[in-house]
Order: sequence, then C-alpha cells, then structure tokens
Amino acid sequence: MTNMGKCMQGYLDEQFMELEELQDDANPNFVEEVSALYFKDSARLINNIDQALERGSFDFNRLDSYMHQFKGSSTSIGASKVKAECTTFREYCRAGNAEGCLRTFQQLKKEHSTLRKKLEHYFQARQ
Amino acid sequence: MINPGHGRGPDSGTTAGGSNSDPFPANLRVLVVDDDPTCLMILERMLMTCLYRVTKCNRAEIALSLLRKNKNGFDIVISDVHMPDMDGFKLLEHVGLEMDLPVIMMSADDSKSVVLKGVTHGAVDYLIKPVRIEALKNIWQHVVRKKRNDWNVSEHSGGSIEDTGGDRDRQQQQREDADNNSSSINEGNWRSSRKRKEEEVDEQGDDKEDTSSLKKPRVVWSVELHQQFVAAVNQLGVDKAVPKKILEMMNVPGLTRENVASHLQKYRIYLRRLGGVSQHQGNMNHSFMTGQDQSFGHLSSLNGFDLAVAGQLPAQSLAQFQAAGLGRPTLTKPGLSVSPLVDQRTIFNFENPKIRFGDGHGPMMNNGNKQMNLLHGVPTGMEPKQFAGSHMRVQQQMTGVRPGQNVQSSGMMLPVADQLPRGGPSMLPSLGQQPILSSSASRRSDLTGAVVVRNSIPETNSRVLPTTHSVFNNFPSDLPRNSFPLKSAPGISVPVSASYQEEVNSSDAKGGSSAATAATAGFGNPSYDIFNYFPQHQQHNNNISNKLNDWDLRNMGLAFSSNQDAAAATAVFSSSSSTQRKRWETDATVVAEHGQNIQPPSRNLNHLNHVYMDGGSVRVKSERVAETMTCPPANTLFEEQYNQEDLMSAFLKQEGIPPVDNEFDFDGYSIDNIPV
Repeated sequence: MTNMGKCMQGYLDEQFMELEELQDDANPNFVEEVSALYFKDSARLINNIDQALERGSFDFNRLDSYMHQFKGSSTSIGASKVKAECTTFREYCRAGNAEGCLRTFQQLKKEHSTLRKKLEHYFQARQ
Repeated sequence: MINPGHGRGPDSGTTAGGSNSDPFPANLRVLVVDDDPTCLMILERMLMTCLYRVTKCNRAEIALSLLRKNKNGFDIVISDVHMPDMDGFKLLEHVGLEMDLPVIMMSADDSKSVVLKGVTHGAVDYLIKPVRIEALKNIWQHVVRKKRNDWNVSEHSGGSIEDTGGDRDRQQQQREDADNNSSSINEGNWRSSRKRKEEEVDEQGDDKEDTSSLKKPRVVWSVELHQQFVAAVNQLGVDKAVPKKILEMMNVPGLTRENVASHLQKYRIYLRRLGGVSQHQGNMNHSFMTGQDQSFGHLSSLNGFDLAVAGQLPAQSLAQFQAAGLGRPTLTKPGLSVSPLVDQRTIFNFENPKIRFGDGHGPMMNNGNKQMNLLHGVPTGMEPKQFAGSHMRVQQQMTGVRPGQNVQSSGMMLPVADQLPRGGPSMLPSLGQQPILSSSASRRSDLTGAVVVRNSIPETNSRVLPTTHSVFNNFPSDLPRNSFPLKSAPGISVPVSASYQEEVNSSDAKGGSSAATAATAGFGNPSYDIFNYFPQHQQHNNNISNKLNDWDLRNMGLAFSSNQDAAAATAVFSSSSSTQRKRWETDATVVAEHGQNIQPPSRNLNHLNHVYMDGGSVRVKSERVAETMTCPPANTLFEEQYNQEDLMSAFLKQEGIPPVDNEFDFDGYSIDNIPV
C-alpha cells in the first residue's frame, strides 16, 4: 500500500504516504476518496481562477486567495508538483506579475491533469 | 471551563466528559473548521485515528453556532485561518471570548506575520499545512494546560481579587488625599479609574460565579450582539466603558449588567492580547529594545523573568504603572492602561509564572508558556512585544493583586504587581510628600535600575507629571540597588515594582504587611519605609527569579517584611516573612554586603526626602539615574558606580539642583541609547 510506485515519484510526496497509512479496514478506500474530493474541489478552483484571469483585470489579492486554497488542499494530499506551481503563482501575485501568473497557471493545470491521470491509473492498478 | 470537571486540577485524568473508562487523550472532543473539503476530510480521518471524537465543519459561522449550542460539547477547536465566511482569527476571537476553549490555528500560509497573528490572537498552536498526524496526537496537551490554568486562576484569584477591591478603595482614598496636596490634575482620572476597577472587580466576581456554578443561562453573544457591544465600548472609550453604560447604549432587552460586565472583561482580555503586541511595538524603540537585550544578555544572572521585567519598565509599563500602581493614571492613558492591566493579570494567571521564570533564560523563556504568552511564543520577531507582554503581566499583577493576594494567583509575579499599586498610594500618604518618596526610590535605583529605568523613564517623563515621574523613577532606582549586589541586574526591574508594593503595604499597615510596617516604624522616616519597600520588592523578585535572593538580604529587616509579602504567595504575610528571611539568610554573605550598602542608601534616602521637601529634588535624582544608566554598560559596572557614597553625593548634588521633569526623560533616553 505504501509503495506508490515509481510512476508517482516526484508527483506525490510523503504526505500522500501518510494518507495511505490512515487507511484501515474500516476505511479501505480513504485515499481514493480523498483524491476524488481533491480533484473535484480543485476543478472548481481552477475554474474560478480561469474566470478571474479571463477578465483581464488582475485582482491579485483575489487570485492569491484562490491559490492559497489550492495550495492548502494540494499540500494536504501530497501533490508536490501542483503545490510547487501554486507557490510560484502566489509569488507572481505578490510581485504583481500578470504574465508570470498566466504562465504558471498553465503549468499548474498541466501538472494537475497529469497527476489526475496518474492517480487514476494508480488506483486502478491497486484494485 | 469546557468540561464540568475542569476545575478539578491538572491531574484529572480524563478530560472528555463521561468517558472515564478511556485513557485521557481518547475521546477528546475536537471541532475542526476548514472550508477546504479535502483538508477537512483528511483532518477528520487523522483525528479519528487519534481516537478523538471529531466534529467537522466547513464554515466558521456554523462552528460558532455549534459551540454556542453546546458549550460543553468540545474540548478544543482546530480552525483554518482563511475562510470565506469568517476569518479564522475572528472565530478565534469569538471562541476566546465566549467559550474560552483552546484553539489551534492552521494554514498553508507559513509566513511569520500570519503565524504571529494567530499566536497573538490567542491561538494555543499554529499548524502549517499539511498537518501531520504526529502534531494532532499531541493536541490534548493544550486542553490539559488550559484546564490547569483555569484551575489555577479560579483557585487563586477569587478571594484575592475581592480583597483587592477593598484595598483599592483605601488606597485610592489615600491617593486622593495625597493628590490634594500635590497635583489635582490627576484626580479626575483617578476617580474614573477607580470606578472602572471596581467594575472590573465585579465582573471578575461574576465570572467566577458563572464558572463555579457551572453555567447559569448565559447570553449568547452573537456576532451582531458583539458588534453592538464593541460599538458601545468604542463610543464610550475603552477605558471609560463600564457595563452599566454599555448596557444602556446597547439597549438590548434581556441583557443584564452582569452579562455585559462579563463580556467586557473578556473583551478587555482580548484587547490586551492584541495590545500586547501592537501597543508595545508602537511604544518601543528598536534601539531601546536592542539595548535592553544586550544589557540583559551580558548580565550573567539575567533570567527570562528579568527580561520580562525590563520590558515592563519600558514605555507602556511606565504608563501603566502610573495608572495602576501609582494611582495616577491621568498622565498617560490612565483608562486604557489600567484595564489592560487587569486583563493581563488574568492572562498572567493562566500562564505559569513560576515555570517561565525558572526555565527562562532570556527571551526564550516565553516558549514555556505556550498558551498564555502569545508574545513569548514568537521569540524572534516578538522580542519587543514580549517585553510589552511581560510589562502587561506585571502591571496587571500590580494593579489587581495585593501582596498576600498576589501570592495566591500566580505566586511570584502577582506579589510584585500588588505591591506596586499599594505602594504608590500608601507611599504618598505616609510620606505626606509623594514626590519625595518617589525621588528617593529613583536615587536608589541608579545602579541596577539603569537598564530598566531607561525604558520606562523616557516615556514616563514626557507623560507623567513631575511627581509621578519621580515615582516611576523610584522603581528604576530601587532596582539599581538590587543590582549592586551581584545579580541585581536581572532582578532589578522586578524589585522596583516590589518596592512600590511594599511601600504601599507599610503605609496601609494592613495585616499582611505588619512586618513592613514595623520596618517603617523603625526607620521613623517615611523615606526609610521606601527603602524597606525596595528590599521587599527585591525579595519578590527573587522569589520570582530565584536569583534575586541576594537582593532581599540586602534589604535588611525591612526588606524582610516586604519579602515576606512576596513570599506571601502563601498568604501569611507576617509569619511568612520570618521563613523568607531564613531563606534569604542562606544567601547571607552576599546579603550582608548588600545590607551594608543598603544602610547607607537609607541615609541617603533621608537626605533625599529632605531634598524633596525642599523642592523638585526628585527630578534631580532621576537625572542622576540616567547618568548611572549610561555609565553602566555592563551589569557589574552598576555596582561600582552606584556605591552608597556615590549615591549620597549624587543625592546631595541633586538636592542642590532644582528638579526638572524633563531632565528625567532625557536621562532615561540617554541610558537607553547607551546600552545599544
């Protein structure tokens, strides 16, 4: 259970392993449920950020707030690559760098999507 | 407060109500609040793995209503900081005001400012996401600590506070008498502050009743109601707001004065927590802070406690002292400072002063008290704040507690605070010339007091009237003497406050302070009493820091009486004094030396008094102090410089010199600069 497999290395960190430790007979699918929740909620956040960015007028405080949430959930699930993009995004927010935000957000979505696929694969393989 | 059994004491094994069969941490009732569903789900799972009973909630408003509906339903709250409907800090504020539950904040944001904010708002801990289960396994300690502190408070504060109220009246009367002689400016403030104090005493009494009788029907302080309350308080002015007026302004049917009083008390505690940081920051000079730190650091004997004391002395503390201890709040911010003091007192109680002091080595000591010392919790950034916080505490003690009473609440710390307030009033009456007393004190303090004095002096000077200034100065000056002995530097700050208290006691001639009175009698001169007070204060300090003992010895018999008060923590003033003496005597050798030194000072004091009589000699003294301050960069230096002879000469000189208020200020500043 705790060997995520080499395919996940770099995408997930020890926090994810800790989540797997929380699984027991009473909660055999805890990690999968949490992951599903994460992707559902993060899709909402991504949508929010997309809309905010499409408006053209950069409300960096708002963007930073969204990304703070994103980072919180990403870090809680151990999504290390996504989390790194969140951190970078927030740095650009603080610097008022709209270009950097846009670029980072594209990268973030890419990492997010990759992780999703990998995790789906991972859970399927486990079953 | 949470559980019916909370008052049982530190060792009560089970916290969660009705689950005695389970080992303690299990069944801890945890409320988790986070708007992030992923985090919430993970936290819930982790907490359940810890065998806690978990209630999760994704909105702060809902959490608040849950807590209100079932006040005894939870032991601890874990809340995210960033939430859309209500800021986590706001929730923290409400929980602190209404439920007095330990709250742990958490966030993915690990910036120092946010963590600091959480801590200063009263969070018992701050977890950075991702939260690890290892961190959650230990959260029960906050519940135990909280209960333990509550227990200590309820156990100690009750009778003492009420007694204090009576004493305050006497003191205030005395003060007013004194004011008639000196300056009438402060009278108005005095009265108002006294009223406020009485109110607060009532509030505390009410609060106790509430806690002890376990939940009479309580008013639910909804956000709206609280906002109404805050609006009323702000309109009245925080320092002038009394429950009756607030109640009238709020005009809410069903709300009683007691409800408002209780809420006001909590609100003031809350403000104090915040104020400890922000106010202090504003008042404190960086140079000042650094200067103190350095000086303290040099002093080998400095304890964390000492640091705290020093911090107290600085600007705010001075102001507070004036208001509370001196009984002349007018100068600075009488109202504000006073109320904060009271609240602080309670805060202080929560913390374990002893632990801090004993453990404390420098600023880091604060860490020992996680809950109470918000400021302390953040060693690096907070240093100035910490000092402020310490001031606050001291002040609180000063105002609220009397010598004997002090003992009850927090042991060492309280005594000091108590003494100060009393000393202020009593001093004046007995001497008949407030300025004189203060001046003498300041002179003494020249040695060790320098560091502490520095901070306090500057602000006080500007704010306070000449006479009042002198009082403040006295504190510092007292400290210096103590410092002379060996360890004096650290203890210095403490001694000062103690001395004030002692003085008060003597003048009051209350039962507890019989020893002190005797000492005063022997001196025959009011000024002597002051000396005694100083020693006593020193002793108090010693008790606190354990290192200060030498000082007490120095103080001689007089000091002993005062010391007893400090020891009084046990409540027996007169009897305790003898025991304390014994302790001190162990330090005898050092003490003897000190004692010699002390005697000369007493003479000096007499001189000083005369001087005071003549005119504003007090101010002159302060100047000297400043000089001494500057001179003694190192702790040891103080001793040399401050020899009795020097003091004498200084006094004489001072006498000749006309007293100038401003001068005090200048000196104090210079001193501050020097250490830096």
